[in-house]
Amino acid sequence: MSSIGTGYDLSAAQFSPDGRVFQVEYALKAVENSSTAVGIKCKDGIVLAVEKLISSKLHEKDSNQRICNIDSHIGMAVAGLLTDAREVVDIARSEAANYRAQYSAPVPLKYLVERVASYVHAYTLYAAVRPFGASVLLASFVDDKPELYMVDPSGVALGYNGCAIGKARQGAKTEIEKLKLGELTCEEALKEAAKVIYVVHDEVKDKSFQLQMSWVGTNSKGRHQRVPEELVESAEAYAKQSMEESDSDDE
Amino acid sequence: MFPDGNYGLGSDEISTGTSIMAVEFDQGVVIAADSRTTSGPYIANRVTDKLTPIHDHIFCCRSGSAADTQAIADIVAANVELDGVQMGGLPLVKKAAEIFRGYCYSYRDSLSAGIIVAGWDPKEGGQVFTIPLGGMLVRQPFSIGGSGSTYIYGHVDATFKKNMSREDCVKFCSNSLALAMNRDGSSGGVIRIAIIDKNGVERRALLGEEIPRFYEG
Repeated sequence: MSSIGTGYDLSAAQFSPDGRVFQVEYALKAVENSSTAVGIKCKDGIVLAVEKLISSKLHEKDSNQRICNIDSHIGMAVAGLLTDAREVVDIARSEAANYRAQYSAPVPLKYLVERVASYVHAYTLYAAVRPFGASVLLASFVDDKPELYMVDPSGVALGYNGCAIGKARQGAKTEIEKLKLGELTCEEALKEAAKVIYVVHDEVKDKSFQLQMSWVGTNSKGRHQRVPEELVESAEAYAKQSMEESDSDDE
Repeated sequence: MFPDGNYGLGSDEISTGTSIMAVEFDQGVVIAADSRTTSGPYIANRVTDKLTPIHDHIFCCRSGSAADTQAIADIVAANVELDGVQMGGLPLVKKAAEIFRGYCYSYRDSLSAGIIVAGWDPKEGGQVFTIPLGGMLVRQPFSIGGSGSTYIYGHVDATFKKNMSREDCVKFCSNSLALAMNRDGSSGGVIRIAIIDKNGVERRALLGEEIPRFYEG
């Protein structure tokens, strides 16, 4: 479904005759090449999960995190060119820290998202730079209110009840839509998020992967943190079991 | 004795010599101020309104240089308005106080401003924040400020009680300010009062006979 933007796709400063900015669209394609990340909003918090592809057995297990802390109460999961994503993480951290310094209060996610989105958008306006090739999911749980946002390379920022980014996002979205999001608790969502990642993981094209999960909600007392090992393991066990069950259903 | 020749009645710069105070109560805050602006011995304005709105439910009491405090209040009000629109909903009192503090601290060497920020927001209810001359910020159950406040520290410490009602707070303010205005040459005029709660602001003024009277020598 790609169209060639010959001549109008060389810089982000140009529109094409049919009103598209091709550089931004190409950036979105870069995100689609990356492995999947999902976010699920529950009654009592948000769960983020990432399918971290392992390109070499020699890699240290927990290095090169795809989920980062932006502040103690905000977490970010990324997909796309990871070095571009690194810059977005740094910007978000800087904005959150400056807000704290100025107002002696933790930054509201809504405000942070607008700042990050404006920054990402700025890189879509000029010929001298290229857009960020990364989408990010942002999550927080403040005053008993869970919030989940996604910022994509065009600078669009929208709030979501459930969101997926990366190569299998269509499949992941379909799986997430099956869930009763308004009624899930975080504990339940851990299992479902793991299941989504396992379901959409492409066994053929991508070999081994590591499931990374984080949450922010009542279970973590409003702090964004990695899900404890035992819970990740039990979520993975559930996911693997569901896969086997559905496999055995296809007779 | 006073090098500026004004016999201790304040500098030639226009100043809100002032007695101001603010008190938190269960559902909101009561703020009060005198109404005298002086330029040396001359009372430039005897009916000043030193209770300045920052937003619908946030006010500030100004003391020190009239020019400095008005300028800062205008900038803060603009910032707070923007914040209210961006975040959707009533701005937090603490945010307004922090913005005030940012300016008062950064420009502390050029400013002469003692400000009490008080208001109501849906998250924390009634709050009083005081920002004295150097730009420190602290929340207090009640706060007094201005040149006249020095004369009533004993009175307010002896009289304040926690969990006072709305009308008790009004009485506390009007009595305290009346005493301050009676002793401080830079304070006087009428007592302006504003009561801020979830429903908005109720403004009152105590004129002439209505001002409480104590021992007058």
